[in-house]
Amino acid sequence: MVSIKQDIRIGFYVCHCGHNIASMVDCPEVASYVEKLPGVVLSRDYKYMCSDPGQELIQKDIKEFDLNRVVVASCSPLLHEHTFRTAVAAGGLNPFFFHMVNIREHDSWVHTDRKEATAKAKALARAAIRRVAHHKALEVKQVPVNPDVLVVGGGIAGIHAALTLANAGKKVYLVEREPSIGGHMAKFDKTFPTLDCAACILTPKMSSVGAHENITLWSYSEVVKMDGYVGNYTVMVKRKARFINEDLCTGCQECVANCIYKEPKFTDEFNEGLGKRKPVYIPFPQATPQVVLIDPDVCLNFKRGVLTDKCKKTCVEACGDRKAIDFKQKEQFTEIKVGTIIVATGFQTFDAKRVLPYGYGVYPNVYTAMEVERLVNASGPTSGEVILRDGRQPKAIGIIHCVGSRDKKTNRWCSRVCCMYSMKLAHLLKEHTGAEIYNFYIDIRAPGKGYEEFYDKLNEEGVHFVRGRVGEVTDWGMTPEEEGKLVIRVEDTLAGFVRRIPVDMVVLATGLEPQADAQDVRRLFNMSCGTEGFFLERHPKLAPVNTFTDGIFIAGCCQGPRDIPDTVAQAGAAAAEAMVLIDKGHVEQEPNTAYVLPDCCGCKSCLPLCPYTAITFDEATKKAVINEALCKGCGTCVSSCPSGSIAQNLFEDEEVFSEIEGVLAD
Amino acid sequence: MSELTPPSPAAWTPRIIAFFCNWCTYTAADLAGVSRLKYASTTRVIRLMCSGRVDPQFILDAFRQGADGVLIGGCHPGDCHYVEGNYKMLRRFQLLKRLLKDLGIAEQRVRLEWISAAEGERVKTVVNEMTAQIKALGPLGMPQAFATWDQEVSELARRTGDAGEVESQEPVAAAK
Repeated sequence: MVSIKQDIRIGFYVCHCGHNIASMVDCPEVASYVEKLPGVVLSRDYKYMCSDPGQELIQKDIKEFDLNRVVVASCSPLLHEHTFRTAVAAGGLNPFFFHMVNIREHDSWVHTDRKEATAKAKALARAAIRRVAHHKALEVKQVPVNPDVLVVGGGIAGIHAALTLANAGKKVYLVEREPSIGGHMAKFDKTFPTLDCAACILTPKMSSVGAHENITLWSYSEVVKMDGYVGNYTVMVKRKARFINEDLCTGCQECVANCIYKEPKFTDEFNEGLGKRKPVYIPFPQATPQVVLIDPDVCLNFKRGVLTDKCKKTCVEACGDRKAIDFKQKEQFTEIKVGTIIVATGFQTFDAKRVLPYGYGVYPNVYTAMEVERLVNASGPTSGEVILRDGRQPKAIGIIHCVGSRDKKTNRWCSRVCCMYSMKLAHLLKEHTGAEIYNFYIDIRAPGKGYEEFYDKLNEEGVHFVRGRVGEVTDWGMTPEEEGKLVIRVEDTLAGFVRRIPVDMVVLATGLEPQADAQDVRRLFNMSCGTEGFFLERHPKLAPVNTFTDGIFIAGCCQGPRDIPDTVAQAGAAAAEAMVLIDKGHVEQEPNTAYVLPDCCGCKSCLPLCPYTAITFDEATKKAVINEALCKGCGTCVSSCPSGSIAQNLFEDEEVFSEIEGVLAD
Repeated sequence: MSELTPPSPAAWTPRIIAFFCNWCTYTAADLAGVSRLKYASTTRVIRLMCSGRVDPQFILDAFRQGADGVLIGGCHPGDCHYVEGNYKMLRRFQLLKRLLKDLGIAEQRVRLEWISAAEGERVKTVVNEMTAQIKALGPLGMPQAFATWDQEVSELARRTGDAGEVESQEPVAAAK
């Protein structure tokens, strides 16, 4: 039996959480059990502890019953520990004289036997009662917040977040991997359901980013390292060599016109490989920054990326006095200090080759939706004319929905935007070609403002909708009408039979998936990924742009598939969250740091263990010293000290041992 | 060395103490809850900031206090919120496992698992697996064993006390 100090007066509260806990845990029984435990002055069960009356109850009881410790058994501490600590502080107690017991996520929600679940709740509560007696009063440490923000990714999410912050007077670093900002949205022709021209609404924002005095735009750059903590991050940015001095280039593109290659002959990434570019190029006309770059893999002045200096360098001649071309440019590393980071690294489209029956990469006239975006775009490779790879104009087009989405063989999730963009492309293709358009869908998902109306409009325009998952796309014609065509085999689940529909062009509505390097980016910024590989938000409903690392926020499709309006809304939310920290000016740090006890023998075994070099050796006293500002509270040194001479606030040895003892004392 | 444990009583259910790190495994267990996954009610979770904080003494103490198994959950290698606390736990764990084996505690009673915040399903699987394994092993019953040993020691003390008078009669049998 553990001895409870005489002056310990614990108040215990068990929450019903409506039926969430009470349906599986007998809350009154837990309360009456805990009431008899040593040190407990008061034990209550209450419907919603996190509600205002619940919190007020704690505050009232602290005063009335002279409580000096509080334990609440309810949901996860990751959700409401802060709420209750605040309530305890409002009641006049040090907030760290509180402990929380998780009997919802770890008990009532995961067990099916009421008796067992109640027994477990009692055990967990008993552990907390024993633990809380050892709690100490702690001070919350305040750390100033660097007002500068880093935005990673220059798609619409990053652009919007950066502009919002910059307009509020905050200094923003916007780092984009590609040579230009704009992301996927810059490649779109129109946006659903309003059919706004994507470039017309995006380009002004891109130019504002380029011109904004508060934004430092680093395109063709990547974040390679991040250190520090909320309010004080140190970030290393790699600025890749574009072989052009950005400050000197005016964007006149005379170098492009005078390149030794008279005709463009290399794959144009921006046009999804449908067009060609030269070794010196600007990704697209509205690129921001308006700076060209040289591709060392194909430029004649290089051989496989290594400078040979063997070209006539007509580009340098054309550049003349501007002297913007620098073949000797090397990648540079720049270190910046920021207080908050917004990660908006976007998505990649599903690789259509993975669904073999649809013949992408086999039949030239099978396209991905992204390719069609470029094909119908006036500044695209065909100047907006829909001409197939074999030079024909399509008379019939099939659009296959859910390619790589809602499929156990590939990605299980719904990519949310494909129904709508498929219908948009159906409209545009019909407008451009007058062809018969068939949409093959599982369900039409049009939940958004004006989306259902857009679907109605398409129906009125005479676009065909066939409900059924396409089995196969084949060039094997069975009738004269099918000869030379692509035949889509599908079970029409509304008509109830298998159909063969001959078309000239197939469009695959590929889904959205996490970027290939999402796992690396996650590690870089100390975030988590969900099972699908998208970045995990702190709470799906209440903290959708926060991550588990304070001061790091997420926005856009890196968190999950979403459309442009949702992305922009989320980017605004992330910017607001960053501003909360900046304008507050300081952050409060959990006081769970480690400290050295006087009986340290100076063996130095803890020194190399600390990943933050927070531990140093004091030659004068011959003892280890922990720098509280650098310690992040992992507790590794505590459990490694051979003489037990390091302790950790909130996780003191006696606290954990009493928890072990308490949880097993039945 | 094999365990010497009493046969498990019919109503016995294993008690597993779980030390979960705040960032990955504790969050995964929360996710299991939010996803309403159902698993055995055998585990009792103690939250620590990092698996690196798991002192081998915590594990030994859990057994001493009557745990039938100890589960440690941390972030996957390379994913530790504190860079490398999980590696440090791993090293200690390897040593501790050898020690426990020598003490006669079956290997299956301690388990170290890397479970990320997204792997709620894994929490369920690991807990259920471990529960089944420990059920098969039966109770560890350290507190009872301690009680027995205490009894034996006091018995021995009583006998050696006698031995002072009755000059070293059957000392070996007494030690047994």
